[in-house]
Amino acid sequence: MSVSIVMLAVMATLYACGVYLLLERSMTRVLLGFLLVGNATNLLILITAGKVGSAPIVADGVAPEDMTDPLPETLILTAIVITFGVSAFLMALIYRSWRLAHEDSVEDDADDIALRAGTSMVPSDGNEQDSSDTEFGTRGEAVISTARESRPRDDAAVSDAPSDDGGPR
Amino acid sequence: MNWLVPLVVLVPLIGAAAALILGKNPSAQRIVAIVSLLIVLGIGGTLLHLVDTQGPLAMEVGGWAAPFGIVLVVDRLAALMVIVSALVLLAVLVFSVGQGLADGDNETPVSIYYPTYLILATGVFNAFIAGDLFNLYVGFEILLVASFVLITLGGTEARIRAGTTYIVVSIVSSMLFLASIAMIYAAVGTVNIAQISIRMADIPIDVQVILHIMLLVAFGIKAAMFPLSFWLPDSYPTAPAPVTAVFAGLLTKVGVYAIIRTETIIFPGPELNIVLMVVALLTMVVGVLGAVAQADIKRLLSFTLVSHIGYMILGVSLGSALGTSAAIYYIVHHIVVQTTLFLGAGLIERAGGSTSITKLGGLLKSAPIVAVLFFIPALNLGGIPPFSGFIGKLALFQASAEQGSVLAYVLIGAGAMVSLLTLYALIRVWNMVFWRPARDVEGYESPLLDNVTEAPGGRTVQATRRLPRLMIGATAGMVVVSVALTVFAGPLFALSTRAGENLEGPSTYVNIVFPGTSESGGDDE
Repeated sequence: MSVSIVMLAVMATLYACGVYLLLERSMTRVLLGFLLVGNATNLLILITAGKVGSAPIVADGVAPEDMTDPLPETLILTAIVITFGVSAFLMALIYRSWRLAHEDSVEDDADDIALRAGTSMVPSDGNEQDSSDTEFGTRGEAVISTARESRPRDDAAVSDAPSDDGGPR
Repeated sequence: MNWLVPLVVLVPLIGAAAALILGKNPSAQRIVAIVSLLIVLGIGGTLLHLVDTQGPLAMEVGGWAAPFGIVLVVDRLAALMVIVSALVLLAVLVFSVGQGLADGDNETPVSIYYPTYLILATGVFNAFIAGDLFNLYVGFEILLVASFVLITLGGTEARIRAGTTYIVVSIVSSMLFLASIAMIYAAVGTVNIAQISIRMADIPIDVQVILHIMLLVAFGIKAAMFPLSFWLPDSYPTAPAPVTAVFAGLLTKVGVYAIIRTETIIFPGPELNIVLMVVALLTMVVGVLGAVAQADIKRLLSFTLVSHIGYMILGVSLGSALGTSAAIYYIVHHIVVQTTLFLGAGLIERAGGSTSITKLGGLLKSAPIVAVLFFIPALNLGGIPPFSGFIGKLALFQASAEQGSVLAYVLIGAGAMVSLLTLYALIRVWNMVFWRPARDVEGYESPLLDNVTEAPGGRTVQATRRLPRLMIGATAGMVVVSVALTVFAGPLFALSTRAGENLEGPSTYVNIVFPGTSESGGDDE
């Protein structure tokens, strides 16, 4: 199987940049990283097709060795569609996160922080765990309107206690 | 009867479309969702019977012959997983219907809940019957995207935060899986699992090990194996109780299922068995230590979930038919019991207004039925003798002893200890939540009072006092199923033994897809 060095180099660069961005805390960068890694993977699949040849099936009289392997391209098509859907969802998530907290960073788990600090009590779970947060239905829709009204909030308070106030109060 | 195979995927998918169209009419949505899962349950039962008596089924989608078209394969393992998942999905659906009705969301329901739930089911079933690595990837993506929606349902701040971790980890694991598929395609020129299995034997061993590790890492993230399990206790507990229950029961098991397929069909060699055994050990121990430290029931259960994934990995890592059979029985047991416990936690939350064991107390008096429904699966998960947890663990220990290495005996010891610690963690929950009198709870307020003052309006005292019958019924149904796993342990274990023997060496599976051939390599298409 012969592989174009240019394709390999592009793929490697995309992977490197993508992984770097994925490791960031900002969700927007994570999204960009995901897009890069996704495209790098698509290139990787394309590379597995091997030597470039003529289009299969459409023209008569082409020997199978001279055709491009069509399967990787169909795989890529599927992968592109999936990547597209997931990135659309991620964007919605980022927007929602920004609307709620005015920030788009990936937060630590509040309970983990509490455990690390040696406090056995889980902080602020009174708000988070009570029944109105963990039910769905009315509340889900209601959250959107109440949360919107109860903004603008103190940014600092939000980043200190990311899990506080999960539901509509 | 091959035509039954794709229906397992098609029925919930069509159901999802119908439920989406019926978005304005929640009761119609509920009926559509329940009926589609009932149909799948029926098909699953038929398939299991057919496969067990007449041999496995393979269906070539669109009539394209095996290595070129997509092939769907149902053997005993796949059929067993389909029927158990359908059962669990159905029970959780009924539970969530009960919860939804009790919350009085008739006027403004989240209309996407039922369609998304059915799409999740589609993805799970598709992953179980995929005979093609890429189709498996698509199955994973379907269930993952549906789970993204479910875990962030309602879009509250806590759920968005927890969902973010889950989503980012999941998409990274999917990318890794896709890259592994590309590498495997580069190595063997096919994505058909049976054909990969045939051709992989000709690949140099070092390349095989690299591909093997890539697949294991990708599946390991989904299955929450130890170093890759950090995301699970962080993200699961914030989701609604029924969603957590179905995630805990099914999603990680789909990962374990993929690992079983990888270990038995694609890479049947013993190269990584030792690594897997060590991973199993660490998963069990680290998971349960996390559980012991928790004060929140849902988080505690999430940690025990991680810990018990270790038992299944242990069964797979032994590389023997007995080990695989034990792992299969344990998966069935764990899907049922873990889901039941999470439903129990949902009931506790409903009855007591919290899931933190420091804030709950006296529930034995105020909600005795919940106490019973939590107690039985708790003992079961802890591996107390008559129950299926004990039988599954015994089988795993037997398989380890049969293998007989030092590491295997260490694993038996660790497994017994983890089982006790699980029991300790769950009994601690029981003591705090149910056994201790309510007045011992610091700053105790009647949950009844709490609910009334916090109700956004219109909720009557009557509604909060009584637990919805559907929720109790669904949980009780699951408890009955988990007890049935004990009562019918003989036939069930015989079935999982037969399923495990099917997986001893890849030749049985290859024969399903390419009947009568032990095919020699073959040229690239």
